[in-house]
Amino acid sequence: MTNPETPSSTNEFMKGLWRENPVFVQVLGMCPVLAVSNTAMNALAMGLATAFVLLMSNLLVSLLRDFIPRQVRIASYILIIATFVTLTDYAIEAISLDLHKALGAFISLIVANCLILGRAEAFASKNGVGNAALDALGMGAGFTLALFCLGAVRELLGAGSLFGFAVLPGGFEPWIVMILPSGGFFTLAFWLIAIRIFERRRERRQTAEALQ
Amino acid sequence: MNEQPIWSIFVNAALVNNFVLAYFLGICPFLGVSQKVATAARMGGAVMFVMLVSSVCAFGIHHVLLAIGTPFLELIAFITVIASTVQLVEMIIRKFSPALFRALGIFLPLITTNCAILGLALFQTNREYDFVQCLAYALGAGVGFTLALVLMAGIREKLTLAPVPDVVEGTASALLVAGILSLTFMGFAGLGAQ
Repeated sequence: MTNPETPSSTNEFMKGLWRENPVFVQVLGMCPVLAVSNTAMNALAMGLATAFVLLMSNLLVSLLRDFIPRQVRIASYILIIATFVTLTDYAIEAISLDLHKALGAFISLIVANCLILGRAEAFASKNGVGNAALDALGMGAGFTLALFCLGAVRELLGAGSLFGFAVLPGGFEPWIVMILPSGGFFTLAFWLIAIRIFERRRERRQTAEALQ
Repeated sequence: MNEQPIWSIFVNAALVNNFVLAYFLGICPFLGVSQKVATAARMGGAVMFVMLVSSVCAFGIHHVLLAIGTPFLELIAFITVIASTVQLVEMIIRKFSPALFRALGIFLPLITTNCAILGLALFQTNREYDFVQCLAYALGAGVGFTLALVLMAGIREKLTLAPVPDVVEGTASALLVAGILSLTFMGFAGLGAQ
């Protein structure tokens, strides 16, 4: 749905949220998406941590894009990303020890999130600082949104609660499978199917309107 | 020091806590290179090799960094070693099997960002395995990854012939299959501790 009239800055931001959503459309960075989306809180924290690393590394890569030789660019990007991940890791440990325990090694594993390296290579290394920041914010927000969508559904069905508060009535039998690893695969599959059905319906409506 | 016996570490990493199906590590190649059994098996082999090398290196690096008192450099050192090992494997494969090089495509350099490998290095450090235990863990993780990848490819080869409703086609169906595989792997849960 690219509208040529929209100013490009809002476009850079909005594309990450929906049209090029990193999780639902590009299917990037799946490992943390599935692994730490068992509760809404973990999902949100993980999303924000990833968004922060994405923003900082996009900024730095964009600033340094004229100085990094092409042959060693991937190694340089990885080093930049690893630095910010180490920062984030220590910051989360200082802020909340419980959260750090719940997310475990997956904070360090942000380094290996293909979404971040992908954005550095495909966008930040070719664009100015402002656009790179907007791109990172949009992608980060889209990633957090997707993680939250998964985490909320899994926690609601798997434990009958949301952010740790019981939401569903006491008689509800929790679906343990939703908290187990396989629940992550199923939930993401159902989100993908739901989004595809929604897109189909919208396309059909648009073609119907175009015909009239 | 961790006193876990070698065989238990191996079985744990390969089956009970399978890296792909229980820890969700290495999902990108798991979904990306699982169309054909033959390619999947070779991809598994390449990953297993990188795992073994980087596990040995990670063991050394961990002890050196502890000795000089800079444990915060660990992550950066690990990822650099992994990236260089992947570069090496890429050159070897390009030299000896150009066909395989083409079949693996973008997923070969992406082994660098395969979280299964970095995860392996981080977990073995967390659990304070000694050198032999590290080797068993790396081997188990590699076997587990290859097993999951080949099983998935076998199912997807059959699935291409089956009439699948087109809303479920592609990633969604792959995820559903992965979910069912992950459920079956839970049957191994009684085999080991943790």
